[in-house]
Amino acid sequence: MSDKNPVADDQSVGQELSIEQRATVGLSQGTIVRRRFLAHRGAVASVFVLIFLVLLAFTSVGTVIGGTGKLVPDADSTRLIIDGFRVPGWWTSTWWERYDIVLPGGAPTFTLWPFSFGDHPFGQDNTGKDVFARVMRGMQQSLNVVFIVGIISTVIGVVLGALAGYYRGWIDQLIMRITDVIIIIPLLVLGAVLGRTIGGDALLLAIMLGLIAWTGMARLVRAEFLSLREREFVDAARVAGASDFRIIFRHILPNTVGVIVVSATLLMSAVILLETSLSFLGFGITDPDISLGQIISQYNEAFKTRPWLFWWPGLFIVIIALCINFIGDGLRDAFDPRQKRVPSQNGMGTQVINFFKSYVPGARPGDGTSNK
Amino acid sequence: MRYFSWLGGVGACFIGRCDLGISVARGEQPVIDAIGGALGSTLQLVLAATILAIVIGVAIGMTTALRQYSGYDYVVTFLTFVFYSLPIFWVAVLLKEFGAIRFNEFLGDPVIPWWSILAIALVMGFIASSVVGGELRTRVISFSSVAVGIGGLIFLLDVTRWFVQPSIGIIGVALLTFATAAIVVFTSTGFQHRRALIAVGIVVALTLGLWYPFQFLFFYLNSAWTVLLVTVLMGAIGVIVGLLVGGDGKAVVARTAGIVGGLTVIPLVLDQMFLRWDEYVARIPLSNGVIATIGASTPAIRRVDDTWLNMLDSMTHMLLPTIALMIISLAAYTRYARASLLDVMNQDYVRTARAKGLGERTVVMRHAFRNAMIPIATIIALDFGAVIGGAVITERVFAWQAMGSLFNEGLNRTDVNLVMGFFLVTGILAVLFNVFADLLYSALDPRIRVS
Repeated sequence: MSDKNPVADDQSVGQELSIEQRATVGLSQGTIVRRRFLAHRGAVASVFVLIFLVLLAFTSVGTVIGGTGKLVPDADSTRLIIDGFRVPGWWTSTWWERYDIVLPGGAPTFTLWPFSFGDHPFGQDNTGKDVFARVMRGMQQSLNVVFIVGIISTVIGVVLGALAGYYRGWIDQLIMRITDVIIIIPLLVLGAVLGRTIGGDALLLAIMLGLIAWTGMARLVRAEFLSLREREFVDAARVAGASDFRIIFRHILPNTVGVIVVSATLLMSAVILLETSLSFLGFGITDPDISLGQIISQYNEAFKTRPWLFWWPGLFIVIIALCINFIGDGLRDAFDPRQKRVPSQNGMGTQVINFFKSYVPGARPGDGTSNK
Repeated sequence: MRYFSWLGGVGACFIGRCDLGISVARGEQPVIDAIGGALGSTLQLVLAATILAIVIGVAIGMTTALRQYSGYDYVVTFLTFVFYSLPIFWVAVLLKEFGAIRFNEFLGDPVIPWWSILAIALVMGFIASSVVGGELRTRVISFSSVAVGIGGLIFLLDVTRWFVQPSIGIIGVALLTFATAAIVVFTSTGFQHRRALIAVGIVVALTLGLWYPFQFLFFYLNSAWTVLLVTVLMGAIGVIVGLLVGGDGKAVVARTAGIVGGLTVIPLVLDQMFLRWDEYVARIPLSNGVIATIGASTPAIRRVDDTWLNMLDSMTHMLLPTIALMIISLAAYTRYARASLLDVMNQDYVRTARAKGLGERTVVMRHAFRNAMIPIATIIALDFGAVIGGAVITERVFAWQAMGSLFNEGLNRTDVNLVMGFFLVTGILAVLFNVFADLLYSALDPRIRVS
């Protein structure tokens, strides 16, 4: 990784080191990136929020592994159970069973003073299902889709982009033309057709979306490879007798990690909006399974009478997408080679303080906020 | 095999006999007819949203870049993140509830409480003072003048019951024309340029003088072409006045006056539309409010042969879907405009321009703006997919009978011909958008030539 150290970077050799560069002398690339990322308070906070949401979603109502996901009557009791290996959670309600309506209209039982969650903190729908459990299950499925699509499309995009950029010629032509064909059809439209064909299963939908969402990544990686393959360290590796495979994966790929990580994160934030939109249209995850978009679609007519059915799933979509976007922004700042300084004033807290500072009498715009 | 016969039908388009098959889902209606009926609405929606997003996004992005690290900049940056993360269907449903249903209820008894007038005035004042920037004194002046102006305007509209009986009239036309002229002069020549001020002043005076004759023109030439005619006419008048008054800087003055002249058509047409307000309210179904939530037009109004009434009708129908669609693109344009202008402002040629002693306005508008717009042209093509996807969702929420609903219907009923027709049209549109972006490229950057 020594060729990635900004100090050893060929541009800075022979130049006087600036103050900013001196701050990073002797640090490994990983350390610099980590420090820069940790300095981005919005991103760090987002990581914690996201981890919290993932834990909440999966531990609260438990989950189901394998099986068809269909509802079947239990052999022992009269209750409906879900097909597949059920991992129970700590929340008492399930997302498919109906309960007696506690408050009139199924209003949320959550009260701030005296503080209590009650049986159905997010309320109940018109059939008595617990909205909290439904939202949690929906969040599970949405998060599953996000991560699966993120992994699949990153792998495909990186491999195809690397091949196209490294070999150029007809391989490049072939891969790029395929990319063009996919990229010209809006992702949502293509996803809708695929989602409709394979029918409402979350896992299958995620795999299908992963197979079409890699185009942006492939283009970026290809561009990086086209430029990196002309660099001296690649020539050196080739002269030393390294195989193409080794050059691609051991020499060039580590240098594109920044681009890949950032664009994978931004892709994932796009995917959650894509999946929820598809489910909203009815071409993504469908009943009896649940996704955040599907909950909104199911209840959007009831906005006037039961607004809580609409607010909660939407709020969680926004929070998840916002967190992923902030993390992506933090990663971009951390991996940006032009940014030599360790950012110290980009955090949300400072932003809010600066916002008020700029209105203190006598302060000029940029006074309390410039980069010192 | 079916695909090739379909392809043959598409190929026949080149000799004028299109055949995209028939749609089973729509009662054996030929797909080409279905698309023909739907394409117009979608194009209107997509174009309006894209253009608005570009104009507003670039304006916000540029002002934040010029006031980098100000409170305004931070607030906008945070908001763009939020907008990026908003699911469009959620926004559309919210808009439908608050923008239409609640707003229509408000129009039933339009009294704006004093605190919301105060809040709007303070926010506008804050934005204005942040954009103007400068010393504390200038900031206080801009803050208070804009806050008082906006607050006063809303208060005035409120007490005169304008929201019940919206009209523009000659006073509104005068106000809007002055505002447009001020913005154009400020961005194009600056207020120091006396000849430009005189030329634009003459154009504005002419517009107001011609307001009464135009009433007859709009009444007798009741078609959409009149809009184009008036635009060209007023633009030409502007150019001629500019050439006559321009003196040394003929070209610049003529251009400024021409743009102002062309833009005066907007208040004039708005005026015509609002003249028909009572008729519009009388014709819409009783259950609907004035801001429509269903469909692209009112069928009862469609049958009336009055362009201005139809325009008003389309406007009230398009308002919310356009806003919903605009919001998803807005964040991208804002961020790219900001980043790109920041990038350009650090270039050497901008420093050279400053060192020559040029004013800040000239440096920004003449030297930086044009170069900063080059990356924006790329986004137009890239953003297309998102906008079409957004249109599918928006049309669903607002129950439009357009391309999106065609696609929904085709998929739901497994009607291959309909879906293929949709793909064909979006494919063609995507190519057109890309061509447009390329042309824009070559217009912005003389180094790039389209051969």
